[in-house]
Amino acid sequence: MNDMESALAERYGAWNWHDQRPDLASVFLESSKTHDALAWLRDSEGYRHLSFATAIDNIERNVFTLTYTLRNHEKRHSLIVHCDIDRGKPLMDSIHLLWGQAWTYQREMKEWFGIDFPGSPRVDEEFVLEGWAGPPMMRRDFDSLAYSDATYAERPGRVTHDPAAHMKAELYPEVAE
Amino acid sequence: MKREKAHIIPPAERAHPDLSTGKYLVMWQGPQHPGITGNMSLRLIADGDTVVDCETHVGYLHRGFEKLMERRLWMQNFPLVCRIAVPEPDFNEYCYATALEELAGIRIPEKAVWLRTFSLELMRLASFLMWIGGQAGAFGHGTIAQWSVTMRDYVLDLFEELTGGRIYHMYIIPGGVRGDIPQGFFQHVLDVLKTVEKNLDDIELVMFHNAIFKLRAEGLGYIPPEWIDQYGITGPNARAAGVQRDLRKDLGYLAYPRLDFKMITGTKSDAYERAKLRLLEMYQSISLLRQIIDMMPKDGIFRGKLPNPLYWKIPAGETYVAAECTRGEYGFYVVSDGSDKPRRVAVRGPSYTHAVSVMERLARGTNIADIAGLMVSLHTYPPEIER
Amino acid sequence: MKEKSKPAPLANEGLPPEERGLFCDAAPREYAPAQGILEDFYNWARSQSLWVLGFGTGCGAIELRPLMTSRFDMYRFGIQPRPTPRQSSVFVIGGYASVKTLKRIVRSYEQMMGPKFVVALGSCTINGGMYWDSYNTIKRIDQYIPVDVYIAGCMPRPEALLAGFLELKKIIREGKAEGQNEYARNFDWYKANQKNVIKDWNMPDYNW
Repeated sequence: MNDMESALAERYGAWNWHDQRPDLASVFLESSKTHDALAWLRDSEGYRHLSFATAIDNIERNVFTLTYTLRNHEKRHSLIVHCDIDRGKPLMDSIHLLWGQAWTYQREMKEWFGIDFPGSPRVDEEFVLEGWAGPPMMRRDFDSLAYSDATYAERPGRVTHDPAAHMKAELYPEVAE
Repeated sequence: MKREKAHIIPPAERAHPDLSTGKYLVMWQGPQHPGITGNMSLRLIADGDTVVDCETHVGYLHRGFEKLMERRLWMQNFPLVCRIAVPEPDFNEYCYATALEELAGIRIPEKAVWLRTFSLELMRLASFLMWIGGQAGAFGHGTIAQWSVTMRDYVLDLFEELTGGRIYHMYIIPGGVRGDIPQGFFQHVLDVLKTVEKNLDDIELVMFHNAIFKLRAEGLGYIPPEWIDQYGITGPNARAAGVQRDLRKDLGYLAYPRLDFKMITGTKSDAYERAKLRLLEMYQSISLLRQIIDMMPKDGIFRGKLPNPLYWKIPAGETYVAAECTRGEYGFYVVSDGSDKPRRVAVRGPSYTHAVSVMERLARGTNIADIAGLMVSLHTYPPEIER
Repeated sequence: MKEKSKPAPLANEGLPPEERGLFCDAAPREYAPAQGILEDFYNWARSQSLWVLGFGTGCGAIELRPLMTSRFDMYRFGIQPRPTPRQSSVFVIGGYASVKTLKRIVRSYEQMMGPKFVVALGSCTINGGMYWDSYNTIKRIDQYIPVDVYIAGCMPRPEALLAGFLELKKIIREGKAEGQNEYARNFDWYKANQKNVIKDWNMPDYNW
């Protein structure tokens, strides 16, 4: 898809094109140009089907990486479009007018990551959690186990052995401490 | 550069009738309801018998899979992954295993390819059998459910013989499959397929020539062809509208390029056509299973060698693997950062659009009594919406 | 005969003030068993007509469907699904309970007419199962509603479900299925546990 790669680089400054499989490629874009690039891909290049839209928390680089997976059914090719947004102030253009199911993905990302999409309909409504008072839970600094231990009572009697230490103590008691 | 204006009505637009006039009734076709597939609720506002507004509420089955998967090793995620889409677990295993193999550069042996195809097609058959019972039951036709769930039980017995579990198989693992065909298994499969086919003929006679079913299902939940791309509708819901889209043909994964089958499409996507199309796909699954049994290689290893799963680090990368499940496009988006735990695993379930965006649009103007039938005709399962 | 003092009415804090008077404000009370052979007769009758509430709370619901077919046939045991809590006596909790579902479980359980029993399926109800470190699933269902029988498995087969129902019948016949009375006795404890977990409590304290 070299002509697609050069067209995207020329029009929207895309970089890092990578062919993962013959039918799957991925590319990086600036977050400010992503909405226009997605609209161009949808209208002029035939990537009319939005498979998926989600985010990855790259806490080490202090960014959220948004990914949009598009599919061109005629050419049987899928394209993953990435863009990075600042983790401290997560805002992104909404694509709810391009695809009819995008508002649901954006509502989910708002609840799970805290990424805001101004203008997206019903983006502040609760999606899967009810009465959740904690931080957006898919962020990597949210510890699910600690929250679960603190909130939900456990049945006593659960005991965990590290397999290596346990077998060592059983088979070689004089060596293990 | 001229960009066309989006030709869709904003999907999340709700009707806001004046509730103080006393003309409208707000009710919940709620989680505790026999007419709901799984555990999901619809908040309906009805004017007499007609639904004026519908809002889908999900989240009753949210277990936080994607967060849990980040805390476990790559191999430890297999028991978790099957439980995401409860009635069809094999597609989860297949997509996840294929994503891992792609990122790690593992090739699976030939026999494993055929065994995986076999397992997926058998799962499709079982899932459709459960579905058709629900579709008929939603219109009051309880007999079909008794027949089809029994047939599904025979198929689950086959799964038990092959993998050891009725519902959750954990059969497809990276490198291949977990076990080989037991002695005499294929003869059992062929006997069961014969019984199921005879039963499908009965179901077709009783259900699709029934005057009440035709009256209620025709015209219900009509999806115009323009919505297919605008809403990302896939699977039988899209094929019933005449769109030629089947991932088994488009992607050509596993052994499907070597099998002989035609894409089944309909003329218009309403509940009756969708049900008819799914019945034909059941027959197609049976024929595909017979072909697989004929063409499967008799010997060969069923699982390749894997590195030590406790210390398996997968090279950094990302991939998106999709499969055609009974409802549409089922996808896994897996991102690895080079460590022994996943960075991000995200699941794309087809019901995500069908149950929320499409359902809310279609429910307007429908009779209350048909809402259950409409929801089942879109074949939605809540667990894959909220993971 | 000395009149027992009436307990204080429930403060339905979760509801707006104008609606509080519309809902039940009395805590559930215990029911003493009848005398001797009459109670045995009642227990026999209760054990032979177990009507299950139609609420598929989780994974386990998928193995309830084969029970209604002729292969496993739960109808011969007197077990029947009913659509509303007012007509059912057994609540089958099918597996894990997320917080959102727990609120509806509590609501449905309190709306059921007594004598009522709870059967918990799967290991998720016992100790959290494989979602033991999830932020949205509870780990012990008997902290929130009383449970009479646990059926282990992930998920239990229909035969295991039938064995569990037979165990429930045995317990009822012996007069030991006291979940409802236990709930009334320890109502404050159960309610405190529920309110600890269910953060947006916008329903009455006792959903009768």
